[in-house]
Amino acid sequence: MRKKIGIVFQEPALDNELTGRENLDFHARMYGLDKKNRKTRINQVLKLVDLVNKKDEYVNNYSGGMKRRLEIARGLMHHPTVLFLDEPTLGLDAQTRRAIWEYIKKMNRDEGTTIFLTTHYMDEADYLCKRIGIIDQGKILVIDTTENLKNSVGNDVITLSCDDLEILIIRIQKEPWIKNIKMYGSSLTLGVEKGEEKIPVIIEIAQSLGLKIKSISVRKPTLDDVFLSFTGKNIRIEEPEPVYKKIARRRLLGR
Amino acid sequence: MIGAEFQAIYVMWLREMKRFSRSRSRIVGVIIQPLFFLVILGFGLRGAILPGLTGDYIDFIAPGIVAMAILFSSMFTGISVLWDKQFGFLQEVLVAPISRFSIIIGRTFGGATISLLQGFIILIISIFLGVTVSSTAGLFLTIIFMVLLAFTAVGFGLILASLMRDFQGFQIIINLIILPLFFLSSAIVPIQTNENLPKFLIDASFANPLFYMVDGLRGSLTGMNWVFDPLINLVIVFIICAIMMGLGTYFFSKSEA
Repeated sequence: MRKKIGIVFQEPALDNELTGRENLDFHARMYGLDKKNRKTRINQVLKLVDLVNKKDEYVNNYSGGMKRRLEIARGLMHHPTVLFLDEPTLGLDAQTRRAIWEYIKKMNRDEGTTIFLTTHYMDEADYLCKRIGIIDQGKILVIDTTENLKNSVGNDVITLSCDDLEILIIRIQKEPWIKNIKMYGSSLTLGVEKGEEKIPVIIEIAQSLGLKIKSISVRKPTLDDVFLSFTGKNIRIEEPEPVYKKIARRRLLGR
Repeated sequence: MIGAEFQAIYVMWLREMKRFSRSRSRIVGVIIQPLFFLVILGFGLRGAILPGLTGDYIDFIAPGIVAMAILFSSMFTGISVLWDKQFGFLQEVLVAPISRFSIIIGRTFGGATISLLQGFIILIISIFLGVTVSSTAGLFLTIIFMVLLAFTAVGFGLILASLMRDFQGFQIIINLIILPLFFLSSAIVPIQTNENLPKFLIDASFANPLFYMVDGLRGSLTGMNWVFDPLINLVIVFIICAIMMGLGTYFFSKSEA
């Protein structure tokens, strides 16, 4: 069972006093790969994460992104059917993040590995995952494909702010074309169809109530909207332990 | 599956070897420090009359220093599990499809190999310095004592590492446990045969496991100044070693990464 699973922990779990190649070799030995397999596999995974040139350097001298890549390579060493990634791009710069996304896509495509990953970053989930689950307070609130989740919010999202939101909400709730309504702080988010056409309607309503709209905008829904509509709160990026709120995204392969 | 477990033991052993051979400061440090004790104390006090001592002081202190080298080095390897805990490497080992028992065996063999290497270096140097060797059989028995001491100390280190969460208490443990044990083992000065010492201290020293190891080493290597017959010590030391290894294994398998 354990041989079928690969894990990449949130905290680095490499031996800094060994070289990259040795780290992979020790891992392969513990997972029972024979000598010939070890050698070819090490070269394969190193190529996948572009670390071939650095393989004989001590991990101590690796940068954070390189360590992360080496860990992902190590997770793949023994051909796992399922690979778990715990926040694979936490604390990395934008460039490295992009690169790691590409590696994740590549191994999913080339190796046929099913990948489960948890993340706090909505754009990461959006880019990588086919199916996404949202976990709040330790409970799975929803699991669905990215498309379906976005559609559940509405085709367009209108964000607006005005002097008295409460009055506006009471009035606007009665409109049948409103799919979704949420208030965050001083702004209101509405899920609607054909957002452009609804803006004049909303302004009219506000004027009839004697309210002054400060700002209004329409955009396509993002996963942030999905997340907020399910949890009802703003996302907290990082908390000192324990992290009560966490988003888990899953990517399931239909192969 | 048996093959995989052997492979795991080998990996853990190899890792210890590689890490050790790569940290030069550690190699130099662990050989220089006991050598200082041996040369400075051994020759500085040579010919001095110590209460409870018969014969040359360097003959007395050499087995004690060999024990010291092995003790500190082995304990260090045992405790180095803490490093793996802190740097996360232990998680990686624990999720691997190998038993915890293999992990411990591999680590223990690795630690014991390193500390025995140091012990032998000190032993050879002290023989060159003119320390009396009682007999070939005695030398052979000395090696057995060294092996047992190495395993016992690794086991003790494993217990400490499993009970500790970080290095906060490390210095306290060295000062409060290791040093008293070491000084009361009569490695440096005679304790049991010294009438000037308070009686409770002498009584307490018999409860010190390290005393039997040092006494056994001394009895088998130089054949002088021993309190118990080396063979009696051997039995006692063997039992202590088994208990320590057992406890070390138990605590490690209970501990979390």
